[in-house]
Amino acid sequence: MLNNLTELSISPRLAKNIRRNVKERVIEFILMMAALSAVFTTFAIVAILLYESFGFFETVSLVEFFTGTVWTPLFEDAHYGIMPLIAGTLTTSFVALAVAVPVGTIAAIYLSEFASHKTREITKPVLELLVGVPTIAFGYFALLFVTPLLQIIYPDLPGFNMLSAGLVMGVMIVPYIASVAEDAMRAVPMSMREGSYAMGATRFQTALRVVTPAATSGIVAAYILAVSRAVGETMVVAVAAGQQPTLTFDPTEGAATITAYIVQVAMGDLPHASIGYQSIFAAGLVLFAMTLTFNLIGHVVRKKYREQY
Amino acid sequence: MVNTSTPIKAESKDLNFYYSNGHQALKSVSMPIYENKITALIGPSGCGKSTFLRCFNRMHDLYPGNKYEGQIIMHPDNTNILADGVDPIEVRMRISMVFQKPNPFPKTIFENVAYGLRVRDEKNNRVVADKVEEALKGASLWNEVKDRLNDLAFNLSGGQQQRLCIARALATDPEIMLFDEPTSALDPIATANIEELMNELRGKLTILVVTHNMQQAARISDCTAYMYLGEMMEYGDTDTIFTRPVRKETEDYITGKFG
Repeated sequence: MLNNLTELSISPRLAKNIRRNVKERVIEFILMMAALSAVFTTFAIVAILLYESFGFFETVSLVEFFTGTVWTPLFEDAHYGIMPLIAGTLTTSFVALAVAVPVGTIAAIYLSEFASHKTREITKPVLELLVGVPTIAFGYFALLFVTPLLQIIYPDLPGFNMLSAGLVMGVMIVPYIASVAEDAMRAVPMSMREGSYAMGATRFQTALRVVTPAATSGIVAAYILAVSRAVGETMVVAVAAGQQPTLTFDPTEGAATITAYIVQVAMGDLPHASIGYQSIFAAGLVLFAMTLTFNLIGHVVRKKYREQY
Repeated sequence: MVNTSTPIKAESKDLNFYYSNGHQALKSVSMPIYENKITALIGPSGCGKSTFLRCFNRMHDLYPGNKYEGQIIMHPDNTNILADGVDPIEVRMRISMVFQKPNPFPKTIFENVAYGLRVRDEKNNRVVADKVEEALKGASLWNEVKDRLNDLAFNLSGGQQQRLCIARALATDPEIMLFDEPTSALDPIATANIEELMNELRGKLTILVVTHNMQQAARISDCTAYMYLGEMMEYGDTDTIFTRPVRKETEDYITGKFG
């Protein structure tokens, strides 16, 4: 019968409305631009990092960069081994996470599963206030308060040390973990908790055996955020951990991190396109690669444990 | 069929219940729950039947401000399980519950069923494995899952998940099992499976079931209670309630004139 169909003219009441379509397209375009601006900025940063690092790696071989154990790009006798800075970054981050992960997770469990409504309404904003404290304040808190305190226990501790910077950084990160992990735990449906209680489980058993596994994806997201924060943190380590690139994983020593190096060099006046100037970008590229790696790991883990309730 | 010689497993006496907002959801509810029988609670939405059911395992204790008044006497202890000195966790260990929507835990099939034993600190893996198998058989799920006990429970279908939840509740040998509209989220075939399963459990343990489905109540229960606006309107043998209800309201509800 198909061949019997005649082409009908379209009634104006059902015709496509040009004005409405155009308006929709314009709105869609504006929204897309807003979304793309963030993507564009990221790509621009990566491009500049790569471009400036390229100049750096024309002078310095990748082998020297990754295997050298001395980082003195600004000295007469220049060495370009990034390892001391990576060691400093990893050590301070490790100390910070050793504090922030357990404390943040326990705080999240408490706030989500144990605290009364009233306690939570007071505690959570106070905890989140910590996020608003400028990091430079944390830096001097580490240098002028925590380090002298630690020196009472370890009299040999130098004035600049990674332990103090890492501990304070850890405290600084606690609210990030607590807040994001708590949101994830609170998003676990009440029916799942009721199922656990109905089996005769205690509050603690329910929190640990049912709610925490159910919220794994969000909790991992909180940890990843914390790692990125610790690796990228600048002020606390620049102020309290020292400026000397030292290849050591001993937190009781002072050592510069990648970020501390960048801040230190950026404050001086280096000629554009000099090797010292370019070294900032090479260091920045390594930092970027580190956080990207952690984020990718986090992404994979999150996908594996995504909520299924 | 229930007669005067059937032992009573639990009994609510002048039970009032108030939610934290002050709303009185139960008004002086009194009724017996006969041992190893199925008792159905019917009534329109908001009549308090789920509220009543959740008093039996002290589920309301999870939310602050809720208040019980009156008694639920459990036998053979002859104890009011709503009394202050009673530990709700002990009550829940003996009175188990299956919910409206299947709510498996984010664990494997095996660990879901073993959960009740794990929280009771059962360390003997042999005992746990045996109990899990027995419970899964009791919930008619064993043949479907025996080869994939280590799969995540979420991979099961809705009906299987609900039977898993029944297995989970059975694994701890409860004396009473509470079913809160256990089939309302399931398709007719899964519903038939659950009903058949409840029929098989009859005589082995005491069952209290809330249902919106009149035919379901008629099919599976021995006794039926009709509730309306927080009150127990009529209670009796299921046959009697469905064929010769005493009250006009009950008849209107079960014949579909109302509700």
